[in-house]
Amino acid sequence: MQAFKTPKQLQAHRKKIIESRPADRKAIAVCAGTGCKAFGSLSVYDVFQKTLKSSGLDKKWELRATGCHGFCERGPLVLMFPSGTLYQKVKPEDVDEIVEQTLVKGKTIKRLTYQDPVTSKWFRREQDIPFYKHQHRLVLKQNGMIDPTSLDDYLTIGGYGGFLKALKMRPAKVIDEVKKSGLRGRGGAGFPTGTKWEICAGTKATQRYVVCNADEGDPGAFMDRSVVEGNPQSIIEGMLIGAYAMGASKGIVYLRQEYPLAVQRLGLALESAREAGLLGKNILGTGFDFDIQINKGGGAFVCGEESALIASVEGRRGVPKRRPPYPAISGLWGKPTNINNVETWATVPLILDRGHKWFSSIGTEGSKGTKIFSLVGKVNNTGLVEVPMGMTLKEIVFGAGGGIPDGKSFKAVQTGGPSGGCLPESKLDTPVDFDTLVQEGSMMGSGGMIVMDESTCMVDVAKYFVGFLKFESCGNCTSCRDGLQRLYELLSDVCEGRASMETLDLIEELAGTIRATSLCALGTTSVNPVLSTLKYFRDEYVAHVKEKRCPAGVCKSLITYTIDEKNCNGCTICAKKCPEQAISGKKKKLHIIDQQRCIKCGICKDVCKYDAVIVA
Amino acid sequence: MTVQFTIDGLEVKAKEGEHLLDVARRHGIDIPSLCHHEAVEPIGACRVCLVEVRSGQKTTITTSCNFLVEDGIEVHTDTAEVRKHRAMNLELLLARAPKSDVVRKLASASGVTRTRFEPLAYEPLPNCILCELCVRTCDMLGHHALTTVGRGDKKRIGLPFNKPSDNCVGCASCLSVCPTQCISVKDTPTQRAIWGQKHDFILCKVCGAPVITKKHRDFAISEKGLPEDYYDTCEKCKQSAASKRFASVVW
Amino acid sequence: MSRTPKLDKKLISSILQQHKAGDASALVNVLHDLQAHLRYLPQEALEMAADHLGVSYAQMYGVATFYEGFHFKPRGEHVVTICMGTACHVRGAPRLLEQAERDLNVESGGTTKDLMFSLEQVNCVGACALGPLAIVDGTYKGSMTPAKLSNLLKKMHKKGKK
Repeated sequence: MQAFKTPKQLQAHRKKIIESRPADRKAIAVCAGTGCKAFGSLSVYDVFQKTLKSSGLDKKWELRATGCHGFCERGPLVLMFPSGTLYQKVKPEDVDEIVEQTLVKGKTIKRLTYQDPVTSKWFRREQDIPFYKHQHRLVLKQNGMIDPTSLDDYLTIGGYGGFLKALKMRPAKVIDEVKKSGLRGRGGAGFPTGTKWEICAGTKATQRYVVCNADEGDPGAFMDRSVVEGNPQSIIEGMLIGAYAMGASKGIVYLRQEYPLAVQRLGLALESAREAGLLGKNILGTGFDFDIQINKGGGAFVCGEESALIASVEGRRGVPKRRPPYPAISGLWGKPTNINNVETWATVPLILDRGHKWFSSIGTEGSKGTKIFSLVGKVNNTGLVEVPMGMTLKEIVFGAGGGIPDGKSFKAVQTGGPSGGCLPESKLDTPVDFDTLVQEGSMMGSGGMIVMDESTCMVDVAKYFVGFLKFESCGNCTSCRDGLQRLYELLSDVCEGRASMETLDLIEELAGTIRATSLCALGTTSVNPVLSTLKYFRDEYVAHVKEKRCPAGVCKSLITYTIDEKNCNGCTICAKKCPEQAISGKKKKLHIIDQQRCIKCGICKDVCKYDAVIVA
Repeated sequence: MTVQFTIDGLEVKAKEGEHLLDVARRHGIDIPSLCHHEAVEPIGACRVCLVEVRSGQKTTITTSCNFLVEDGIEVHTDTAEVRKHRAMNLELLLARAPKSDVVRKLASASGVTRTRFEPLAYEPLPNCILCELCVRTCDMLGHHALTTVGRGDKKRIGLPFNKPSDNCVGCASCLSVCPTQCISVKDTPTQRAIWGQKHDFILCKVCGAPVITKKHRDFAISEKGLPEDYYDTCEKCKQSAASKRFASVVW
Repeated sequence: MSRTPKLDKKLISSILQQHKAGDASALVNVLHDLQAHLRYLPQEALEMAADHLGVSYAQMYGVATFYEGFHFKPRGEHVVTICMGTACHVRGAPRLLEQAERDLNVESGGTTKDLMFSLEQVNCVGACALGPLAIVDGTYKGSMTPAKLSNLLKKMHKKGKK
């Protein structure tokens, strides 16, 4: 890649590359996101590469390994342009047929297309599949179109157009543009991004920093991972725009160490941006200096909190500090520091490129634009969905998500990560935006959305989150460190049948103090899962306490495994697989579980093909 | 700049950048606390020094040790909310440090005489409330021997790899600031045992009483540039020698 | 014979030289680099790193133990990690962990006596569509069941013994 010395040179190169790649050119995009990779998409890519080459089709068809397409449940995904045909669950041995039938003859291979599990309808084009149809993909769309390691690919889809526009504006005008767009921080709290920038820019200093918070710690959320892996240049461009607007010369991406592919892809993207003269000294000859370094996290959820992140980058324990002062005034090494999360940074170039009016036309009054959710758990279409703010939970879970699998019924949806709340069916019409979710006792968080069905125990879920948070608490505050430990013990008492109704009162009392007296947001919001489940699913708690019964059949101490006389045909598989030899029975005769020896591991139920193991 | 506000109705003045707890105590208003010490920066660990701060329409419960005073706020140190939450945090601490007199006293002043929680399963230092005063003091004195280890429910105070540290000079400042006195220090007439190692004392040339550990003397002399014989005699003997000198001059 | 491999101080020095001396902000990156080569963080490595970065050894240890990603004892030849993220949890991850604990006869976070396996857990690797997920030596194994995991561990054990 040449080093661009002026904005004009970059603009000319963009123009050339966009013209040389017409939108209707033929291309195959194999998803190489973490999900599809785990399903073997890289071997699919390799076979495509060989086959195209040997058949000479590589001149006609462009092959790309792209970032995550979002529909991880159906990976490996292969998307064809310009037809929009989507093949799912593609295996290396399918490639020959795809080349012969689809690429050469233009025929669709039906079995590789998507069939809706609910309606049994078949869909050829990606855009028609309900999972995609309900979405409004701004940030995620680019993921599936480009090779994340190619700067030219990013330029083809309009990349760096926002930055070029920003360079023509005064920094204050850029901040104004972001303010007018109504963009609010995608990391969870929803603070207006433009205002944050304004405070940082308005603080007198010789040095300012911009930070990308990519410490996506919410379990069950992987939006940020997918953007860093799939479109790293968009983050670099966003940070460039921010740095230019706020007068920062140094950028830091605080990236989770659990995401090795993201670390690698972002590293490559930084190198190619440097080569192209988009990072470093005197960027595009404008006199603007800016560079970005990667700081890896060490595996601590609390480091997603701004002041803890700063401590971690400075080489200290990731313990949050009391705010104010806010990082925008006194952050890294006491200098004004602006911290935004991945999705926020990736949205900024789009706003600059297309204007604040375009952006603010999407979404609701108080929450503009789109938001990416990672839709996981007991839902048919697991994956990443990007929807306009204000869409209801129902539309997301049952529209894009395709509802609950295996004919089971919906129980709750949890938003906002481990500190979010669990909302029941009666709240499914809640529009998803920053303010409404808080009103209902949950929160937006960074975008995790975990669907639970009738087989999920809500007490167990609350216990799970408290267990997670007591482990992830920095341990500074008595209320959070000891409070969560005790809350966990009390919830365990409920799950294991030792609790009384007073236990529930104590849980509420303790939760109140943890919420009111902890220093940082981890502590103050940590009790949301407990309080929201107590509010909406109190009957489940009461069943555990009074009847010593777990209605969902999850809590081990309150359930037993037995074998159904009618369904058992004596195949012996359960007896063979039982790790404790707790199952006896002769071939073709009814088997019996010795309750004394049974450790309730559930393997017998997993291996039984005749549905003969009953949990009650 | 000076800020003006009220604590329990009393008009007080303070400098901007001061912490609320310090200002309150200066004005004779007692707010109980465990992890605060004027010599080191506050971290707000124990969550006992709670107060209610009203500012405009907003009322918040907050710790006073690390709260930067603001102009025009209204502080209340003894509301029902404050008492309730302080009592719960003290109940948590009582479960952690059941044998600590200080914790028991504070808890009982808040009406907590027993805890509804089980004894903790782990704790390498019994009765430690993890206030980190020892670590903060050790760092402040320039020794950097102690550290906070782990996090969350596994957080504890200790030495790296749980092995005796070369940096520990045996000064026992950690114990002197420890609110629950949970750090084990055992002195004999000639030796001090602390944090897994034994330190020889320098004995007073006059009376033979222990003056300071050898290692601490070496540290102090090299760091502070004191004369080599500075610790040869103990404070007591130094004083009596001084008064004798004084007496010989005067009389 | 000691099971702990002898430390290569030259290697540690060369890793440290890749980071600016006296720059505490490289601390976590340095820990990652050290662990990538040594597989765990021995005392000597932390002491040398503290010297290089100009922080106290006590702080180095305090910071390192703050994070879940660092290990202070030699780890097994194979590392089996169970994802305990929410999506994996509701799909049965706790049962996977229990199964692995039974099969390997170690608790989560531990290493088998023969140093063949380390069993670890992680709070979500963002591969939620694949859940429940086991990660075996860095490879994601999706839609795992206790029985499948058990078989996998047995196979690895047999191979390792040969």
